[in-house]
Amino acid sequence: MATYAAPVQDLIDALGRLPGVGPKSAQRIAFYLLKVDDEEATKLARAITEAKARIGFCTVCFNLSEGEVCTICSDPERDQSVLCVVEEPRDVVAVERTREFKGRYHVLQGAIDHLQGVGPDQLRIKELLARVGAEQITEVIICTNPNLEGEATSLYLSRVLAVPGLSVTRIASGLPVGGDLEYADELTLGRALEGRRVVENG
Amino acid sequence: MSLYRDEAVVLRTWKLGEADRIVVLLCRGAGKVRAVAKGARKTGSRFGARLEPGAHVQVQLYKGRGELDTVTQVEHVESFKVTRTDLSRMSHTASLLEAVDQVAQDREPQPRLFSMLVGALRVIEESDPPLITGAFYLKLLALEGVAPELDVCVGCGEPADTGEGVLLALEAGGVHCRSCGGGRRLSAEALAVSRAVLGGGLTAALELPQGPVTAEVHSLATTAMEAHLERRIRSLRVLDET
Repeated sequence: MATYAAPVQDLIDALGRLPGVGPKSAQRIAFYLLKVDDEEATKLARAITEAKARIGFCTVCFNLSEGEVCTICSDPERDQSVLCVVEEPRDVVAVERTREFKGRYHVLQGAIDHLQGVGPDQLRIKELLARVGAEQITEVIICTNPNLEGEATSLYLSRVLAVPGLSVTRIASGLPVGGDLEYADELTLGRALEGRRVVENG
Repeated sequence: MSLYRDEAVVLRTWKLGEADRIVVLLCRGAGKVRAVAKGARKTGSRFGARLEPGAHVQVQLYKGRGELDTVTQVEHVESFKVTRTDLSRMSHTASLLEAVDQVAQDREPQPRLFSMLVGALRVIEESDPPLITGAFYLKLLALEGVAPELDVCVGCGEPADTGEGVLLALEAGGVHCRSCGGGRRLSAEALAVSRAVLGGGLTAALELPQGPVTAEVHSLATTAMEAHLERRIRSLRVLDET
């Protein structure tokens, strides 16, 4: 049986370990990389090593950051009194895209997941409590996913964050813009009804 | 017949690719089934919200050639709203689901297991008794045919002493009387409650308030369950932490 030369096989194996890349895709990407000019391939290699070397976690909010403190935490324009708690760094990007939030973040790096055995101790909750104690924070917005794990995390946080003078809020859940009522499930629609608001006169 | 409908409880879910989910369902008719829910993680998904662990649903599935079926429609039978807003209820639910997922065999119809699980989920939704996990585990072990022997001593076959407690020897399959010896102490009250759970006194046992006796029965049941599964139950660790 003909096999690939060792370096090619190594490349295929390494690519195959990436999330969502199966053996066939790994093979296709490997052959593409072997075909492109050296510059292109080195650019990719450099991008990976650079990112690995320069990106770490922000020591304040645990978002991905190039320095000790991320750009959001070090921005003096940001509202220091509001904290948005999210599960993952990519959720920071999602909230930032709305341009509705001017406060700062705290990244938990996960969510309480009973079935995977992820408890509060494995998340950045101690750090969150320390921040709430040390900084001038008046509101914490719990912005975890509206699924079982996110809800569990939110319930746990609301319990440990019960401090006088601090308001703990949870993002609303409801119908997606552009969606159909007919297809909405009872839970979502029920919550949308619960969180309804007065229509302001235009 | 490649499309079929069934009543199911979602045991657990995994992320798959960009926006899909693999769901493990315990169906009333079909037993434990793994299925792909395409697009379930998108915000606009038609059934994403209904396929969360612990949901009791009516599903339509497509059976393809592979191991995984495909979810085509989902409707809630019960949505267990209170459970979703209470951490203790969530933890108890998770501990039941995890054990059932381990015990159930793929595509092996287990209607009694299904009814038992749905019943327990309803109890959690209504009152969340402290002993629910322990009682469910004992019942589950009995259903599996491996309930610990609590009436007679597994060493000598004599009736186990009820007056001053017995010694619990789960590796031997039950309790030891004082004269046989060997095992962990189990109080007479905890022994009585455990017997009640297995012997038709479930409702009364579930009404017990949290206390040393319920803690003892819970510990007995989880140890026996973990010994039967030959693995740790992860949800229980989180239950203790939260």
